[in-house]
Amino acid sequence: MSDRHPMFMPVIVFGGLLFGFGLGYSNMAQPEVVLDFLQFTDFGLLFVMFGAAIVTGVVFAVATRSNRTAPLTGDTYTRRLKSFDRNVLIGGSIFGVGWGLSGICPGAAFASVGVGNYPILVAIAGMFIGAYIQGVWRSTKAEQAANAVNAD
Amino acid sequence: MLSTTAAIGLLQTGVIETLFPNGIGQYAIGGLFVGLGVAVIYLGTGIIAGASTTLESTLSYVSGQSRFQKYRLSRDWRIVFALSTVVGAAFWALLFQDGIWTTDVQLWRLFLGGVLVGIGTRIGKGCTSGHGVCGVGSVSRTSLVGVVTFLITAIATAQIVMAFGVVP
Repeated sequence: MSDRHPMFMPVIVFGGLLFGFGLGYSNMAQPEVVLDFLQFTDFGLLFVMFGAAIVTGVVFAVATRSNRTAPLTGDTYTRRLKSFDRNVLIGGSIFGVGWGLSGICPGAAFASVGVGNYPILVAIAGMFIGAYIQGVWRSTKAEQAANAVNAD
Repeated sequence: MLSTTAAIGLLQTGVIETLFPNGIGQYAIGGLFVGLGVAVIYLGTGIIAGASTTLESTLSYVSGQSRFQKYRLSRDWRIVFALSTVVGAAFWALLFQDGIWTTDVQLWRLFLGGVLVGIGTRIGKGCTSGHGVCGVGSVSRTSLVGVVTFLITAIATAQIVMAFGVVP
């Protein structure tokens, strides 16, 4: 960690500032606006998600074809490709129910704190509790699986 | 036939106003900034930053559960990223918002929704930024399926909640 490039953290900060500024600008920090989308009264959210995805899509495509490595880490540029299994459907469904109930997701929740929306701290606390519950459950499951292998 | 073009024109004006009563400018421009934030970090470091991993990586500071330990190496910059998101939105609020803004969505919805978001995003391998922005930008089939899945259940949930007269 100490051998990180001195510009590593400043770049993370700059990226985070832009990310948060954009979530504020697009009103995604307001759960009401997200709920308006999910209830079909304002479809603007599509422009936020796909507008952002077009930017990342172009940048990812150019960078992965460039044969260059990231200047601050020396890492190769890759795309975000996760393996598919039923967890994507199960987790995605649970996430969707939560998102539809509250109108808030993790990035927008952080941005919401920035616009002064202190009640959102209740949602963030909920997210940590939820992440903790699945962490305990999956850690236990992983340990049981490891024990079962050892027992064989 | 003769008025097809005119009809389409009329329809479009009405449709656009109905679908986007607040216009599309702030959404598209905000989305570009969100994408640029991800792009800056990616071009500098090769890291594809999603927001929801921060939940687990931060829990590794206070919990010894094995599930969280794989995030130990990234947990410091992930907190920095989350805090910068807060500050970035605060910059926006200082420039464009009159004072602080608070939601009217009921606290039980925020809390229960938050718990489900926390569970679901980690099991489902991503959230609206991880799957929605970074995964779709990667043309990842897994993420496209993830996005469609959470859009369907989110729309269904929000519609049911509205049908029960819970506002907001």
